[in-house]
Amino acid sequence: MTSTAPSADPRAATPPTADPVLRVRDLRAHVAGQQVVEHVDLDVAPVGVTALLGRNGVGKTSTIKAVLGLVGRSGTVELDGTDLVDLPTHLVVRRGVGYVPEDREVFAGLTVTENLRLAERRGSEHRYDLVYDLFPELEQRGTQAAGTLSGGQQQMVSLARALLNENRVLLVDEPTKGLAPRLVQEVSRVLARAAQVAPILLVEQNLQVVRDLADHAVVLTDGRSVHHGPAADLLADEELTQRLLGVHADSGPDAAGRRPADEEGPA
Amino acid sequence: MSTVVLLLFTGVGLGAIYFLVASGLSLIYGLMHVLNFAHGVFLSLGAFLGFEVASRLGATTWTGFAASLLVGALAGALFAALTERLLVQRLYERHIEQVLVTVGLGLAAVALFDGIWGTDPRFITGPAWMGRTTSVLGANVPNDRFVAILVAGLVLLGMVLFLRRTRYGMIIRAGVENRAMVTALGIDVRTAFTLVFTIGGIAAGLGGVLASHYFGYVSPLLGQTLLIFAFIVTVIGGLGSLTGAAIASVVVALLQQFANYYLWGTGDLAVVVLLAVVLLTRPSGLMGRRA
Repeated sequence: MTSTAPSADPRAATPPTADPVLRVRDLRAHVAGQQVVEHVDLDVAPVGVTALLGRNGVGKTSTIKAVLGLVGRSGTVELDGTDLVDLPTHLVVRRGVGYVPEDREVFAGLTVTENLRLAERRGSEHRYDLVYDLFPELEQRGTQAAGTLSGGQQQMVSLARALLNENRVLLVDEPTKGLAPRLVQEVSRVLARAAQVAPILLVEQNLQVVRDLADHAVVLTDGRSVHHGPAADLLADEELTQRLLGVHADSGPDAAGRRPADEEGPA
Repeated sequence: MSTVVLLLFTGVGLGAIYFLVASGLSLIYGLMHVLNFAHGVFLSLGAFLGFEVASRLGATTWTGFAASLLVGALAGALFAALTERLLVQRLYERHIEQVLVTVGLGLAAVALFDGIWGTDPRFITGPAWMGRTTSVLGANVPNDRFVAILVAGLVLLGMVLFLRRTRYGMIIRAGVENRAMVTALGIDVRTAFTLVFTIGGIAAGLGGVLASHYFGYVSPLLGQTLLIFAFIVTVIGGLGSLTGAAIASVVVALLQQFANYYLWGTGDLAVVVLLAVVLLTRPSGLMGRRA
């Protein structure tokens, strides 16, 4: 796979082009009349994990939402070569896009089983074997209301909803946010397994998780993609990580300066 | 004692009618964030068409009454579904325009009913039993109250079973919580929109027929008058909560009845005061999710 070296002029940075599953060009997004994504190019390779990185508030979550059509958008969003930019969200998803939102967004009033059944998509196999193998706890807690689960358990429900169907690509937004270190490792292990099933576009602040999982990295600054390249090269370059991400590449799991919240108790 | 019992049954009977209007309003707002100011029209249409059918089949027969309920429900359902598909859905997420179009539809429909049925109330007769009373603990309770309570109870049961046991019910419950996430699971939530309008229309149509028996007449403004109290019920119960709507319907109607009897006819005022108290102390309503 070819990839451009980090460019001196950020705007000249272009993503690699080796038949990506998801190909995004000149993506712009707006929320309530305000432009939150200015110009994002990114490719998600057919295998592995592509990390979407950047400081807080640069538009990572908005980029993911724009790919899904959850916010107003323009540009090109191609899945397997077909442009989806004019499709409503539910049709984008039915093409095979799995989504694990920031803050989990489980349906609190529905049971764990209902959360999963709601995620069943027509025309797809429903891989309860895989899901219950990864998260045996969800089978035991099937009749419990999802709102009464701990943050870590809710993240399992959210991941399980995305892994239940056959997807072409998974969009996973800060899956370790607010989780205790033990659970961060657990989520990381699950994502590694999920990446064997479908490629992942991963927003993640925890650079250790990025280091463990990501093959490629895309960095956003002020709503623009400014860097594309192998994740390992980016994280090895201390000056570049400091400049683009505002953190030291060798800093610990809590790279963004947040304290992991206690994993017990509903989020 | 007998007065209290009579007020209780009359209040719960009125609460049953409020619930039939408020349940649909609450579900529609909960899922779609649409304040449906045309909802009373579904009720009036159900009442008028029910009245027409009953008078043709024999207003004093049970067949005529059953047919009027059926026709009322169907008319409400059809009109509600068309309203959603032709007007509300085209204004997706444009809330001001949705309010304007439903207000406009409400006014236009009342004018249309004026044209067809006239502005004077049409007096309703039903099966003889419904015009009589049953003695409960010394109080002579009009039988139509029992029918209203029974039908509203069945509608509540049906709605709960639908919401709990079916996939569409699950979609509606999830959509009330977080509509964007429902679409992000690949579900076309617009089908659920049409469905909640239809369900709301069925309940309102049934409510129209029952209200016309409860009050003894039907007029073009019947629905829109009840709509005001139904909105209050919905806000007090918590927008989007069916259980909240059921509880608040009974609370509001009982308060209204008791205040009218014991506090010199101040029932409507008491309801508004209750609304203010709830809004000040629990802005999300009795069973509302978010504060």
